Amino acid sequence: MISRRNFCKKTMLLVGGMALPLTAFELFDPNKLLADKTDTAPVRWVFLVDTKKCVGCGFCVKACKTENETPYDANVTRTWVERYVVTRDGRTHIDSPKGARDGFTTARVDIGEGRFEEIKGEDVDKAFFVPKLCNQCDNPPCVQVCPVGATYQAADGVVLVDRKWCIGCGYCVMGCPYGVRFFHPVYHVAEKCNFCYHRITKGMKTACVDACAFGARRIGNIKDPDDPVTRIIMTERVNVLKEEYGTKPQVFYIGLSKEVK
Amino acid sequence: MVHGELWTVKEYFVYPNEYIYWTIQIVMYPFMTGLVAGAFVLSSLYHVFGVKQLKDIARFSLVFSFALLPVAMLPLMLHLQQPQRGIEVMMTPHFTSAIAAFGIVFTTYGMIVASELWFVYRGYFVETALALRQIGDRTVGQHFRYLLYSLLILGAWDVSEHALEKDERAVKILAGTGIPVACFLHGYAGFIFGSVKANALWMTPLMPVIFICSAVVSGIALCMLTYIVTMELRKLLYTWQRKQDPALPSGEELKSVETNVVIMTARYLIMFLILAITLELLDLIFRGYTAVKSWDILRSVIYGKDFVNIFVIQYGLGNLAPFILFLLPRLSVKRAVVGTMLVLLGVFMMRWNVVIGGQAFSSSFAGFMHYHLPIWPESMETFKEGLFGALTVAVTPFILFWLLNKVLPVFRAVNDER
Repeated sequence: MISRRNFCKKTMLLVGGMALPLTAFELFDPNKLLADKTDTAPVRWVFLVDTKKCVGCGFCVKACKTENETPYDANVTRTWVERYVVTRDGRTHIDSPKGARDGFTTARVDIGEGRFEEIKGEDVDKAFFVPKLCNQCDNPPCVQVCPVGATYQAADGVVLVDRKWCIGCGYCVMGCPYGVRFFHPVYHVAEKCNFCYHRITKGMKTACVDACAFGARRIGNIKDPDDPVTRIIMTERVNVLKEEYGTKPQVFYIGLSKEVK
Repeated sequence: MVHGELWTVKEYFVYPNEYIYWTIQIVMYPFMTGLVAGAFVLSSLYHVFGVKQLKDIARFSLVFSFALLPVAMLPLMLHLQQPQRGIEVMMTPHFTSAIAAFGIVFTTYGMIVASELWFVYRGYFVETALALRQIGDRTVGQHFRYLLYSLLILGAWDVSEHALEKDERAVKILAGTGIPVACFLHGYAGFIFGSVKANALWMTPLMPVIFICSAVVSGIALCMLTYIVTMELRKLLYTWQRKQDPALPSGEELKSVETNVVIMTARYLIMFLILAITLELLDLIFRGYTAVKSWDILRSVIYGKDFVNIFVIQYGLGNLAPFILFLLPRLSVKRAVVGTMLVLLGVFMMRWNVVIGGQAFSSSFAGFMHYHLPIWPESMETFKEGLFGALTVAVTPFILFWLLNKVLPVFRAVNDER
């Protein structure tokens, strides 16, 4: 009969003895292993927005809605344009009526609940437009929180949604600090900008890039050093949105101001 | 219409896609799981820690916890846009998500409560089945009950003293393991909110602990309330039946609400209430003191838009008032009823202020969203995410409890032991 003391001793010895050789194995990540062997993803899609070129016409929003079959009159959109008006009293007025689908046709600022604020031209210190879209983060919180893995990141960095697998819990919608996600009014699953994945993977540009007559929107491959977008990101002063959330956003901005939310 | 547009009103600058996506059902979800966990902790106080005064209410709250369990899932199903795919959470869990643990925690907890119930009631099952077996020509109803109990016994017919003792020991172990699991079940509901870094109001590591404390508070309160109400109802029912059949025991002879049980339970309630309030206030003070980027908008929500909800209803009516009611000397049953109801209101408002309050401001920090609860169910969506959907969730556990009580009599067993 083995005594209790002996049993404990032998168990410790066994566990210790087994743990030692186990340390020789390194837990490996299949993705990392694959990346070490061959760089399977020679593409990492990034986006460049030049806010100084944006005039707030809303053609990009229109093109996106049509291209991606987001119901035209629904009050949700994969991409939108924000207007910032900073007045002399230091206040910032922001709006984006219907996501700026029809552009900004009036100088009045939409303050919600059907009300508008009149701003006199002489009171304006500065005003500008900021187009927004999914940041295709390198550390996407929406992918992290999806309970069923219905939203995932492709090897080229784009975050996609599987419409056949999404349960519609809305956790990803809550998890995104940029507010790019919403429920598709027809499919009733999570929906977001995917850089027009069906186009960019076939060598085309996104619908919004093609629709922008001013060159405010550009898409590129950050892994290609000769890509003009990569050149700008690498050599000029660019910024990203809400860096403090640690999401590592991949939509870069030229001319971003501190007022931008 | 876009999901969420119906009940959301935007003020100032809110991102175009932002709406109040998590509504009344997500308020109900932590409220209901909180009740489950709280009821279980209350029953464990007797089974594990041997608080003798809680013997009566312990059995009661265990059955009630089991009745509440399926209802913890109901609000989630009503909330999902694709409820038919809800099972995917169990089948293909994506473990970086806090919600993915739901299936595992929920089933583990369900199994613990079910097996504990089985051990508590096995003696009764055998007794009833044997008594029914004696009856020569059973009616259909009796035969059904006989079959049901024989099945529930699972072949363990031994009711010797030794066997029953073993049952008791098993109950103790199960109740002991159940406490951390119950806390986990609810703590993780807090984690679901606390880990959303995109939401300035939700993101705090205190959230799971606050959730557990308020869960225990609400669970104890509901058990007390239901215990008192059902005891009184039974008395009324018996007095009424006695008019037809004087052989039945009179109202006085029946076991009624025991004041010392109520007082004892109230003491535990107060203890957890203090803990919950302390943590909540700590969170609030800390936010104000550190005043990070989000504090400006949070302050205008907490001290402005939601002032009545937070300070008047939640802290005032829901915490301070019952606190005084319970602490004043000579606690009466009536006062306890009022107190428990206020506590339940307070915990419900706390969930409301977290879930709805957390979406009262835009993540642009430059605008607000106002929530208007759909009252009349004009469509499936307004039913599911409206007042009537919430009421369905609130009523179901009582129906389940009534059904369960037919099989696992909470009161007869109590009276028999006397």
